[in-house]
Amino acid sequence: MQRYSLFSLARNALSDHQNWQQAWRSPPLRDTYDVLVIGAGGHGLATAYYLAKNHGITNVAVLEKGWLGGGNVARNTVTIRSNYLRDESIPFFVKSVSLFEGLTKELNYNLMYSRRSMVDVVQTWGRLRELKRRMLNMDIHGSTYEQLDVEELRRRIPALTGGGPESRLPILGGMVHPDAAVCRHDAVAWGYARGADARGVELHQKTEVKALLRNVDGSIAGVETNRGTVRAGKVAVAVSGHTTSLTETVGLRLPLKSFNLAAFVSEPVKPLIDVIVNCPDIGVYLSQSDKGELVIGGAPDPGQSFRRDIKQNVFENAVSAMLELFPAFRRLKLMRQWGGALEIAHDGSPIVSRTDIPGLFVSAGWWGGFKAIPAGGYTLAHLVANNQPHKLIEAFSLDRFRHLDFVLESGTTTAR
Amino acid sequence: MLHIPCPFCGPRDESEFAHGGPARQQRPDDLSPLDDAAWVDHLTVPPNPVGPVREKWWHVRGCGQWVTIERDTLTHDILEETGE
Amino acid sequence: MSGGEFRLPSGGRIDRSRPLRFSFGGRQYQGYEGDTLASALLANGVRLTARSFKYHRPRGIMGAGYEEPSSFVELAGEDESGNQAITTVRLRDGLRASPVNCWPSPGLDLMAANQLFARMLPAAFYYKTFMWPDWHLFEPHIRRAAGLAAAPQAERRNTRYETRHWHCDVLVAGAGPAGLMAALVAARSGARVLLADEGLEAGGSLLGRKVTVDGRPALDWVAAATAELDGMDNVTRLRDATVWAYREGNLLLVTERSPDAPHVFQRTWRVRAGRVVIATGAIERAMVFADNDRPGMMLASAVQTYVNRYAVRPGRRAVIFTNNTGAYAAAADMLAAGIDIAAIVDSRLQVEDDARALVPGVEILAGHVVQRSHGGRRVTGVTVQPKAGGTPRRLRCDLVCMSGGWSPTVHLFSQSRGRLRYEESVAAFVPAEPAQPAACAGAAEGRFELAAALTDGAEKGRLAAAAMGFRAQAAAVPQTKDAPRYAIEPLWHVEQHKPTAKSFVDVQNDVTLNDIHLAMREGFGAVEHVKRYTTAGMGIDQGKTGNINIIGAIAGKEGVPLEEVGTTTFRSPYVPIEFGALAGARRESVVLPYRHTPMTAWHIEAGAVMYEAGARWRRPGYYPRAGESFQETVNREARTVRTGAAVYDGSPLGKFEIKGRDALRLIEMLYTNAFSSLKTGMGRYGLMLSDDGLVLDDGVTFKLGDGHYLMSTSTGNADEVNRHMTQFCQVERPEWDVHITPVTAAWSNATVCGPRAREVMEALGTDIDLSPDAFPFMAIREGTVAGMQARLCRVSFTGELSFEINVRSRDAAALWRRVLEVGAPFGLIPIGSEANHVLRVEKGFLSLGHEVDATVDPYDLGIGWAMSKKKPDYIGKRAVEIRRKRGGPRRELVGLLIDEPERLVTEGAPITPGGRKEASEGFVSACVWSVVHNRSVALALLKDGRARMGQKAHIRMKDEVVTALITRPCFHDPDGNFLRS
Repeated sequence: MQRYSLFSLARNALSDHQNWQQAWRSPPLRDTYDVLVIGAGGHGLATAYYLAKNHGITNVAVLEKGWLGGGNVARNTVTIRSNYLRDESIPFFVKSVSLFEGLTKELNYNLMYSRRSMVDVVQTWGRLRELKRRMLNMDIHGSTYEQLDVEELRRRIPALTGGGPESRLPILGGMVHPDAAVCRHDAVAWGYARGADARGVELHQKTEVKALLRNVDGSIAGVETNRGTVRAGKVAVAVSGHTTSLTETVGLRLPLKSFNLAAFVSEPVKPLIDVIVNCPDIGVYLSQSDKGELVIGGAPDPGQSFRRDIKQNVFENAVSAMLELFPAFRRLKLMRQWGGALEIAHDGSPIVSRTDIPGLFVSAGWWGGFKAIPAGGYTLAHLVANNQPHKLIEAFSLDRFRHLDFVLESGTTTAR
Repeated sequence: MLHIPCPFCGPRDESEFAHGGPARQQRPDDLSPLDDAAWVDHLTVPPNPVGPVREKWWHVRGCGQWVTIERDTLTHDILEETGE
Repeated sequence: MSGGEFRLPSGGRIDRSRPLRFSFGGRQYQGYEGDTLASALLANGVRLTARSFKYHRPRGIMGAGYEEPSSFVELAGEDESGNQAITTVRLRDGLRASPVNCWPSPGLDLMAANQLFARMLPAAFYYKTFMWPDWHLFEPHIRRAAGLAAAPQAERRNTRYETRHWHCDVLVAGAGPAGLMAALVAARSGARVLLADEGLEAGGSLLGRKVTVDGRPALDWVAAATAELDGMDNVTRLRDATVWAYREGNLLLVTERSPDAPHVFQRTWRVRAGRVVIATGAIERAMVFADNDRPGMMLASAVQTYVNRYAVRPGRRAVIFTNNTGAYAAAADMLAAGIDIAAIVDSRLQVEDDARALVPGVEILAGHVVQRSHGGRRVTGVTVQPKAGGTPRRLRCDLVCMSGGWSPTVHLFSQSRGRLRYEESVAAFVPAEPAQPAACAGAAEGRFELAAALTDGAEKGRLAAAAMGFRAQAAAVPQTKDAPRYAIEPLWHVEQHKPTAKSFVDVQNDVTLNDIHLAMREGFGAVEHVKRYTTAGMGIDQGKTGNINIIGAIAGKEGVPLEEVGTTTFRSPYVPIEFGALAGARRESVVLPYRHTPMTAWHIEAGAVMYEAGARWRRPGYYPRAGESFQETVNREARTVRTGAAVYDGSPLGKFEIKGRDALRLIEMLYTNAFSSLKTGMGRYGLMLSDDGLVLDDGVTFKLGDGHYLMSTSTGNADEVNRHMTQFCQVERPEWDVHITPVTAAWSNATVCGPRAREVMEALGTDIDLSPDAFPFMAIREGTVAGMQARLCRVSFTGELSFEINVRSRDAAALWRRVLEVGAPFGLIPIGSEANHVLRVEKGFLSLGHEVDATVDPYDLGIGWAMSKKKPDYIGKRAVEIRRKRGGPRRELVGLLIDEPERLVTEGAPITPGGRKEASEGFVSACVWSVVHNRSVALALLKDGRARMGQKAHIRMKDEVVTALITRPCFHDPDGNFLRS
């Protein structure tokens, strides 16, 4: 792999950048591999990388129907954090954050990983109680979350001028999660792709898997693609949003629904917000990119969807809510908006699991899956290599649904 | 924002409705013939097609009725109004 | 000359009688009403108006409208706003503008030092460096350098945003020639038409051109057309209003920037259109060659517009570089305005005679290209060369007009998921197949000639009206003078004369042809890869003038047709829209509506601390007296309930009347326990599960008569229970005869509680026999209380004797005051939700969101008795059975007595084995100061808790472990004698 550095940049400048190597090869598609990873999004590429790096499994092909890194890794709001509630979830995301922190150097690719911290703006006592519970649970697992009073909160977010004592939902205080970060999302995909390629993994774009194939004994045989049949003893599915379409080709039914989650950015402006701001009581969160755009997200659209647009009513709710806390943003302009199809499992927690079909593995049900990419790939690779789940994902097995034994991360009243 | 044809009120903005999930098989009067796996499947595994899906919407800020529509999940076109 | 030395002596659509003073970058200038900031600056000879984003190269004005990729300004004062395209800022007196992204000024930009390192900064260089020692060292500098304008800080004064809903048969986007024709034809048929145009004046491209329609100046025809439209009742015409999003269900968003209402600043229209005619015109493309970004390099159509519409000469001597016939008319207009044309450089080998005829005497260099430009802070000349190679020749000029052909403005069409195709004859992506009821018309459809656009507009208007059931007459399409047929031979870029040349494909983000090629060389070959790797097309202009050149460059390098490369996704908004315009007038309680009880005003008056208490109810938390601490207030309130009499506002509690022959059948399905034996006039505690067998709610349901029940639910869950019930009734059992009416708001209540509650009730006066025998615990009676019609219930959430007085909501405030009045001699006080919390924890009553935390079933909560064994089915029964089959320890409800009795711990604190930092085995669900025991008491969910009574639990706080004794989850009157008294 060609090393990237200031020196290589200077050296290549002398040859007018004509001699940069391809970030990854484009090898011919063979008909058999040890492992196929379907989906060259963040999770698929990370899985391939860790299969090669941690388990020495390099006879691997990643099959991507479109362009590499074109999944939800291309259209998320780049928030990385581990402030979860449950014992099952926190250690997984702590691991993911710690992998992320070392990734730029490990991959020799600048992900522009920026540990900005995330500040939750709390506007109801019920929320504060829930977040304090979260705080103590996180502490057990080595993740940090601290309470802020209103003055400190406003000091950290000067643009937060709304939510005064007379407002509809006065700000009661805040919580800060110092480990939270943002990074350049596309770079995560490209960095993993380059790292996987350098270790021998093949990346095949414009290779659409039409169906999964099974052997007579029921185990996985390979896949049928638009470029022909490819065989492998192990197949890992990492196609957020479209998992069920794929697994249904072998009659495997999964407890997943696909939704559209939209996000939008403002025009680029000079530094305005240094932290990731999350406002759970009004359902909106935002951060500022290095380019200066405010990146804003809200709630998923109601109803299953693959349209990747934005629902106007959901969008207006998010904007109005944001303006309650940041009234000066009324004059700021919306520049671009987009959506992405993501899956929500029946209990709201991810699925990283074996299936009833020997040799077939799925990684699905990610929402907020970007932050999970390193640990998701790390643990899925472990599962594929050993046929046994890593302890971080034991709770995320499909088996839990057999007994309706849910991991209810979101919501504290009941499953939806 | 969808424009949902309520059979009682006519076409209305989606913001008047609450989403009620994909339509499922009607709950049997007697669950005893079903084995556990079948019931778990009924509870947890929804249809999730890229394309037409029958789904429920509750006209909660309107007439209060639950309505069923068939909607394409890719285009959001409402294909058929199937009434209650 | 007051209008500027580059102002033409006559002509233009400016009002020379109304001079306007303005400043740009601190210097004073003058323009006229009708000018844009761009036209006024050009008239004053200002050419250097911006610095580029990455290299800080000098830049000028390139376009004349929303396509402007180059110059952006910040406005100060009343207009405060950042990142406005300079071409879209309407001039007004006193306007103060300054360029973005250069300091201290575009003339002396210190960041221009970046140009020295340009060689080191190819596309995506940042992925390859800034890694050592750490990105955090570099990021603050990068952030400060990026970001263009500063965000507006002040709220605009005396202005308001507004939102309007609209329905129409036909929405026409764009009032250029095609849009006007479409609107006329559709409107004449009687269809309800909304016509929206981004300009203040209708006419679109006609405003910038000198053409005739029906033998008269085109703008006369525009005036006649708009007059006819404005005279029709079925037509609404919006000016200065951009259609910026096309969503599902034919919902389109239009924002009016200067609505015809003085108090409204901007107005957004949510339009449901039967049919949409997209007549948004086309955008001219820049040409890609070395140093194609200097001030003085402009789109040919923009120059034409400045000349004709604003009477401004953007230069004295021009070179025109084109690959199509469209630029010749622009050249003719420039000649007429007195601009010298050094040459027309046409990359096509053959130039049509009728094109040549437009520019007699001008040198036409067919088969030539502009190889590069020369100059510093403005262009001073270009080097031209035969395309096939040959001797370069230098031409002197101060203006370069580029015409790379036209791209239909298909943004809205594409947003609606309409499919595009690449059309060779116009070398552009044009609409192929609509996905929603929409059609493009005119230039947006790829019909760039005026006559064709008018005809197409008329036809699309007719079809749209017909689809909505209106019969449109065949309209006479106005006659226009023949111009050269539009012909183009694409030239996506000029071959660079040296590898380090900078040929910009995106001037805003400083992306060059080399960057595109580098991306492809490194494997980033997909169009989305190129965009993301180089950031091409990701600026404020979203690549309106340059994206097609990028696609062309990729196709050229890969040797594939453009169609195969495809476009990047067109996203809304078409132009940047202020967030305020999206929210409209929605603020505060409109965004998050309150729920009030009739007593809310009283609570506030009485000094209660009010807060959100779930389900948007705002409730009194406690009623502090002067000098009291929070804990003192809560203790006083709770103690009063245990020892005397108190009242609280229980109105938010969810209430539903359930009626019908199948009412009992429904209740039996909803609750886990049996209700068949319940007698009229009595109530029963019931537990409700979700289908998944998780606790959804609990509450008391009273039988009012046969087939008539009154159900109460918890406050926070009333909406969810309503949904749960109506869904079951309507979806699963529509044939059942049962009807559910939410009556939460119809009945309000004051709940009198405490050992002296009965005395207070007697003092209030009632015709209901209050004796325990006649009116036992869990009974309901109807009668009058304090002279008001009431439903009186003996339920208790506090563990004490308690009367819930439900009256019609209009009587509730009077009842409340009456209770306080007659209760005073008994020491009655109002209590808030904090005291209620203490009382219920002492009693071990469950609370949703505390003990009921989505993971527990009734057995865990110690109320397994409520799971009827007799009923064959109820919602959640089977799921609980399935879950319990797995066996193993579960978290169970217990009480905790902390070893230090004075200690209160954070609710939610985890309990871990031995207090070690490892996965929790439970958590403290509630912890309060008990007024009965004068110590803290707590409830918890704990693994195998019931088997561990008498043992110790270890609560894991951040820096310490708190030990507690595990007890029964009830600390007061376990046998329930008080509440039954």
